[in-house]
Amino acid sequence: MSGATSTLTAHSAPGARAPSATTEPFIVRAILIGIALLFLGLFLFVPLISVFYEALKKGFDVYWAALIEPDAVSAIKLTLLTAAIAVPLNLVFGVAAAWAIAKFQFRGKQFLITLIDLPFSVSPVIAGLIYVLIFGAQGWFGTYLQDNDIKIIFAVPGIVLATIFVTFPFVARELIPLMEAQGSEEEEAARVLGANGFQIFWNVTLPNIKWGLLYGVILCNARAMGEFGAVSVVSGHIRGLTNTLPLHVEIVYNEYNFTAAFATASLLALLALVTLVLKSVVEWRSARVIDADAATENVQK
Amino acid sequence: MSTAFFRKHNVLPGFNISLGYTLLYLCLVVLIPLSAAFLKTHSMGWEAFWATVTTPRVIASYKLSFGTSLLAGAINAVFGLLVAWVLVRYEFWGRRFIDALVDLPFALPTAVAGIALTSLYAGNGWIGQFFEPYGIRIAFTPLGILVALTFIGLPFVVRTVQPVLEDLETELEEAAASLGADRLQTFLRVILPAVGPALITGFALAFARAVGEYGSVIFIAGNVPMVSEITPLLIITKLEQYDYVGATAIAVSMLVVSFVLLLIINLLQGWTKKRKEA
Repeated sequence: MSGATSTLTAHSAPGARAPSATTEPFIVRAILIGIALLFLGLFLFVPLISVFYEALKKGFDVYWAALIEPDAVSAIKLTLLTAAIAVPLNLVFGVAAAWAIAKFQFRGKQFLITLIDLPFSVSPVIAGLIYVLIFGAQGWFGTYLQDNDIKIIFAVPGIVLATIFVTFPFVARELIPLMEAQGSEEEEAARVLGANGFQIFWNVTLPNIKWGLLYGVILCNARAMGEFGAVSVVSGHIRGLTNTLPLHVEIVYNEYNFTAAFATASLLALLALVTLVLKSVVEWRSARVIDADAATENVQK
Repeated sequence: MSTAFFRKHNVLPGFNISLGYTLLYLCLVVLIPLSAAFLKTHSMGWEAFWATVTTPRVIASYKLSFGTSLLAGAINAVFGLLVAWVLVRYEFWGRRFIDALVDLPFALPTAVAGIALTSLYAGNGWIGQFFEPYGIRIAFTPLGILVALTFIGLPFVVRTVQPVLEDLETELEEAAASLGADRLQTFLRVILPAVGPALITGFALAFARAVGEYGSVIFIAGNVPMVSEITPLLIITKLEQYDYVGATAIAVSMLVVSFVLLLIINLLQGWTKKRKEA
């Protein structure tokens, strides 16, 4: 019960109960809220709505036809395949990196964290370019790959590699601060009681980090499915073969087939909405866990 | 070098394997590919590199990319602070919904944002039609790039400022009020200095993202060389002409700027953390 009430207070704004010395007159508040909502409306809400409006403008039949067209279907399949490879790889990396960084003290840790963040500050176009320099026809392995008839650039492996690069930091970035904040007392206790490494991780660490982990995976997946710039450089834009959903949107749009472009785009917009909803749920759940922990601690005191 | 020098003693297992895997994966996916870009430009020599990255067309794209990114970052700093303030301090209907919506630019694929903004801000679009009669064209001009970059950068500012505002103790504001400061003075002298480092960090993050942005911009930009051609697009153009060396040279010049920005952001975040702990 106490957990539920503390959730309520945690989510109501501090200003609501604060004395008037620390808030603004009603009219100022109304104007500030109005400007903020207008800004968010113009820049976020209206664009989101317009995607669905443009997609369904010519009726549901046209919308559906654009989605079941063979090129669109193969784009959907490729997008799912890419995410299915890139997300688990970055998940394993994220957990390993967070374990090493959060549970141990070593030299150069801060520098390692900076290196992990690196892909966020590299332009997607450059992320694609560097793989062309390595695996492209004139690249480091170009001759070798050609001799052995292996295609990486302008083929699916290149798309997967570029996607792994741009989604690289997501899971690690969520887990590192979370696991650092939780400390390692519980894991150490488990160790002293005789648990092995895998048991410690599975029974002690994982239950503590599951929401953060899920959140990282959700963000990683959204980016993996929606990446455009990096994938565009390495894809070669071969319809039906190396087109992901975002690239399919571009091709159809450039053919002035706007309704079909927005229909495909609406799938990605739905993905974004699902991501936002899941994110809110995860935040709500983890806030509840924290509140519950705080409540137990208070009882113990 | 002894192990104790490198890391402190710890009873937990898995250090070697987790750190080893982290470093291996980091090298394979990020560091070795990135070094390919630097090695490629190394082969062309300093003079050729400099000549490539200072042609008028490239300079024009730098001015456009950095100019619009700075401006978009500034717009986001102002409105992002306002949004964060409204979300933290005021209670209103739909607040939780708005709070979730702020992350839309993180979740919405850039190509979708690009075509949506283009159709809205075109001369006959829902929003563009109100500007067209005054001779203001937004889509297919640098103004359109600004719109796209503002969209992309907004959550960076809101999400860095918001937690700092939430942690801000109202006692300080009460003290200011009891000493006779009005709300504006309190805001400028007490609140703004406290959120300052976070605000600058958010601005820097939004700026860094905007400089490299490609997907949302190319649809709305018009992409006219010297006028509305951003640097990432120029890299693609060079690639499509099979000018790999030229493309890489421009890419390296952008990478250097990105690394400097990353360094600044790291310093800023360290600063914010210290202030918070103090």
